[in-house]
Amino acid sequence: MEDEGGSAAPKRRVHGLLQLYYGLSKEEKAEQTEAADPCDINGPHFDPELYLNKLRKECSLTELMDQESCMVKQIRSLDSDMQTLVYENYNKFISATDTIRKMKNDFKKMEDEMDCLSANMASITEFSAKISSTLQDQHTHITKLSGVHSLVRKLQFLFEFPAWLRRCVECGEFGRAVSAQRKARCVLNHYNNITSFRGIQDECNTIMLELTLHLRQRFSDSSASAKELSECVELLLQLDEPAEELCDKFLSHAHSQLEVDLQGLEAELSDSTQKLSSGLNLSPECPSETNPFLSLASRMDILEFIDRGCNEFVSNLCLVIASYQELFITRPQGGDHTLKHLPQMANQKLQQFVDALAGRYFTLVERRIQEEKGVGDNSLLVRALDRFHRRLQALSKLLPGSEVTTRGTEIVINAAQERIRQYLCALQSFYMDSLTDVRQALAAPRITVGGASGALGSGSTAAKDVQPTLPELLSSLSNSILNQIKSVLMSVHLFTAKDITFSNKPYFKGEFCSQGVREGLIVSFIKFICQSSRQFCESAGDRSSSTPPTLLLLLSRLCLDYDTSTISYILTLTDEQFLTQLHSPVTTVTTLCAEAREAAQKLLNHYVKVQGLIISQMLRKSVETRDWVNTIEPRNVRAVMKRVVEDTTAIDVQVGLLYEEGVRKAHSSDSSKRTFSVYSSSRQQLRYAPSYTPSAPMDTNLLSNIHKLFSERIDIFSPVEFNKVSVMTGIVKISLKSLVECVRVRSFGRFGLQQVQVDCHYLQLYLWRFVSDENLVHFLLDEIVSSTAHRCIEPVPMEQSVIELICERG
Amino acid sequence: MEDDAPVIYGLEFQCRALTAQTAETDAIRFLVGTQSFKFDNQIHIIDFDDENNIINKNVLLHQAGEIWHIGASPADKGVLTTCYNKISDSRVLTCAAVWRMPPEWESGSHDSPDDSAHSPQALQLLCHLDNTAHGNVACVLWEPMGDGKRLISLAESHIVLWDLQESSTKATISSSATLEGKGQLKFTSGKWSPHHNSTQLATANDTAIRGWDLRSMSQIYCIENAHGQLVRDLDFNPNKQYYLASCGDDCKVKFWDVRHISEPVKTLEEHSHWVWSVRYNHSHDQLLLTASSDSRVILSNMVSISSEPFGHLVDDDDLSDSEENHHEEKSKEPLQDSIIATYEEHEDSVYAAEWSSADPWLFASLSYDGRLVINRVPRALKYRILL
Repeated sequence: MEDEGGSAAPKRRVHGLLQLYYGLSKEEKAEQTEAADPCDINGPHFDPELYLNKLRKECSLTELMDQESCMVKQIRSLDSDMQTLVYENYNKFISATDTIRKMKNDFKKMEDEMDCLSANMASITEFSAKISSTLQDQHTHITKLSGVHSLVRKLQFLFEFPAWLRRCVECGEFGRAVSAQRKARCVLNHYNNITSFRGIQDECNTIMLELTLHLRQRFSDSSASAKELSECVELLLQLDEPAEELCDKFLSHAHSQLEVDLQGLEAELSDSTQKLSSGLNLSPECPSETNPFLSLASRMDILEFIDRGCNEFVSNLCLVIASYQELFITRPQGGDHTLKHLPQMANQKLQQFVDALAGRYFTLVERRIQEEKGVGDNSLLVRALDRFHRRLQALSKLLPGSEVTTRGTEIVINAAQERIRQYLCALQSFYMDSLTDVRQALAAPRITVGGASGALGSGSTAAKDVQPTLPELLSSLSNSILNQIKSVLMSVHLFTAKDITFSNKPYFKGEFCSQGVREGLIVSFIKFICQSSRQFCESAGDRSSSTPPTLLLLLSRLCLDYDTSTISYILTLTDEQFLTQLHSPVTTVTTLCAEAREAAQKLLNHYVKVQGLIISQMLRKSVETRDWVNTIEPRNVRAVMKRVVEDTTAIDVQVGLLYEEGVRKAHSSDSSKRTFSVYSSSRQQLRYAPSYTPSAPMDTNLLSNIHKLFSERIDIFSPVEFNKVSVMTGIVKISLKSLVECVRVRSFGRFGLQQVQVDCHYLQLYLWRFVSDENLVHFLLDEIVSSTAHRCIEPVPMEQSVIELICERG
Repeated sequence: MEDDAPVIYGLEFQCRALTAQTAETDAIRFLVGTQSFKFDNQIHIIDFDDENNIINKNVLLHQAGEIWHIGASPADKGVLTTCYNKISDSRVLTCAAVWRMPPEWESGSHDSPDDSAHSPQALQLLCHLDNTAHGNVACVLWEPMGDGKRLISLAESHIVLWDLQESSTKATISSSATLEGKGQLKFTSGKWSPHHNSTQLATANDTAIRGWDLRSMSQIYCIENAHGQLVRDLDFNPNKQYYLASCGDDCKVKFWDVRHISEPVKTLEEHSHWVWSVRYNHSHDQLLLTASSDSRVILSNMVSISSEPFGHLVDDDDLSDSEENHHEEKSKEPLQDSIIATYEEHEDSVYAAEWSSADPWLFASLSYDGRLVINRVPRALKYRILL
């Protein structure tokens, strides 16, 4: 027991060192506290003495007995375990010793065998050295023989080469033949001092010559396709034919083919024109509208034409260029056998070639575009131009340095400009046509004018069913013009659509919008309207009534509307559609409006003048054709006066349809005939009075002069304002002034004077309502009567009451 | 410019007839015939003193009737013709006669400045242009620059060429022509062309202008519808033999080249009522005077169709006058056809306007209310033309 305890202490120390090493010191500490219990029988700090004492103190005898027996049992089992372990260990030791002894024996045997093996190896090495030395001679011989063999095979190939070549040529496999020849050529060249080889070379050369000839034949054969051609050229180039000549030949061949395309196009062009002209010639009696229709149907439209041009000519040209470039310019092996300047030269030739052909193509296209006169469908043209332009871009990509694109763009621009001109013409002729329509509508018998004379307005309602009224005519004219402008704008707008390739050219972004469309088309058209309106004023008077006055009135209103709203509307519309980026000077709305207003004013002035003169003419004829000295006593108002009133009323209605009423001077409350009677009786009597006293010859003039001093000077023709009253005032003024003039060149008898009195009273009754200032009518009528009285042989005025009676009856 | 202010003279009667005294080349003298229906008519001889801006007048009685037209002999200062209305048996007939002014009218006027109070002297009748066969006389024309022996009267539709014999006391018809056509054709006015040895005449009837050859008394041209309405007056360009101006009721003045009568050379439309008279300046044919019943007289500068070289010497003028003031420069600009001035001194219709025969820069216009206005061409323009 003591021994156990003593041996346990160093063992524990070793164990602690290991624990320390492995970092288990904590466990050890815990173990140490645990181990501090000396009563644990299995613990390392077991103190038998303490344990025994403890047991003795704590346990009863039975418990001690039990404890003792249990402990004996445990000791016994421990003893037996120990014995078994010792035995086993002994056995193992014995067997290990046996094994070691056996091994010692085996090693001795193996050492002997190893010695034998090394001896054998040495003899093998010796033998092999011997063999290789004997075989050395044989090997060099074989190598030589195999070299000879391959040479012989090559020679055999060479000898057979001409035949093979011929076969290849016969089979049409030119490519193989040429490449083989190229390979063989250097060899042949190298050995051509040996006669047999020279024979072969000559033979090959003749074959190749034949091949070249054949290829050239094919090359010049016009029916060959482009692909075949390019093949030919490639082969020929490989055969060291002169590149320049080939270029020329290739191009000339391509030229002839493209020429066919061009001729096709040209034929199409001349064909259509011939058809057009023959169509015109054959059917001169046909109505002119059908002719363009017929010819349009028979000819191909421009899109088709351009399509054909693109598909045939341009694509072929592209093909030619592409293959040409591939062949002559971008050859990868260009360095070895071709001249250095070949690409440059070839490029130049190509450039010339393309420019010449494209030039011809462009002239054809231009001719075709020029034939495109009809302005109906612009989209076709635009699409055609687009396609044209697009295809040219492809071309220009192939051939970056050529002028083709610029020329093409020029053509497109020219076409667009031409289009704008055509549209302007179309608009102008449309305007003139619609004016003619309006004229016809006006010339057609109108009930409005006649019917309105009876009762104001009632006639015009009746006429509505039959004829369009003036406002309707005006609005339809104005609308149709506006619509036309809109549709034209729409058509022109196609040129700048986003999907059109040329729309992003600077021209189409800037100048086309501002100078072309805005100035060239819209502004020009508006100016044309004003211009033509003015022309109506200038030429109309020459051959009287060449322009119906109503048309003048209508146009003046149209121009006025343009001034107030339409122009700014149209221009805004234009500017919206064609966003102008270019800030070039453009005609402003105000200048255009001023022009329109001026035209409107001129037209209205002219209208007043014409109407006034028509009535004047009527009055003049009526005064001139009558013998006023020997006339009978007046019973009636003369018919012409009634006519004047009727016409004036009709004009009033007409003007009222288009123009606003306008401002008139306030009528005196009693502006009816009562006033007139007062006026006429008082003033006229006053003025006639001196006539009866010849002793005072100056008084007449004195009085009338004094009278004139106080009455305002009357401008026969002051500028007309844009309203009805002003227009009517102008007309009435002119008419009455004319009557004054007529009366002054005539002499009157007593009844002549009285008739004039009656007439004037009648006019007074009806005319005052039309004018802005009734005093004007008073004054002029007064002047008529007094002038008549002056020129009267026997001035006896009629009783006012009688005049009134006659007028009321009439 | 006080000198440019118009000078106004008032007659007591209404008037229509005005002429310059053609044979007088020293004094500025106009003859005005009154048109009074009931009283004795007069001929006023208006002398204008240019230096003092004063008008002297003399009155001669014309008792035959109201004067519609007056014409002064180109050769004899004292001889004139009138067309006048004669009322007989409640019929009005327009006659024509050749008159001589009493030789002492000039001295008599100076004796008594207030001669209107005295009974004025009467005209001496030389001879009647008997028109019983032809009807009312519209006007009588003297042979321009002639010897005062030949006259033409236009009566209704007849052109009658007269020879004055025995010191103008006897008139014989040397030839005549008649306008034939539908309806009642009536000459309204006419003008004897000063060109072609005075063998041509232009007449107006209704809307047509006709040219006549006086040797054969036949029509040589006819401008139908020359005006939209009645043609009132004509005048020949004194320097360009084929050029002719006309005016009418369509308020227009038109210029014609009688070789191309389809279209007028130019048209003016400045008046607002009938144009009654048109007159070329005798020496500067770009100056044109028109009178209208809108009571205005308009002086126009028709450079483009005058005999004056168009735009001549502009450069020279500019060079030499470069130091001149701006006023002068401004007046140089109207080389284009333009209206020079509108004269608004009249208050009634102006029926006649005449250039003075003595001073080419002076003219008179006469309105119905008896107002005679003497005006000058604006001085700036005058120098512009002269220099």
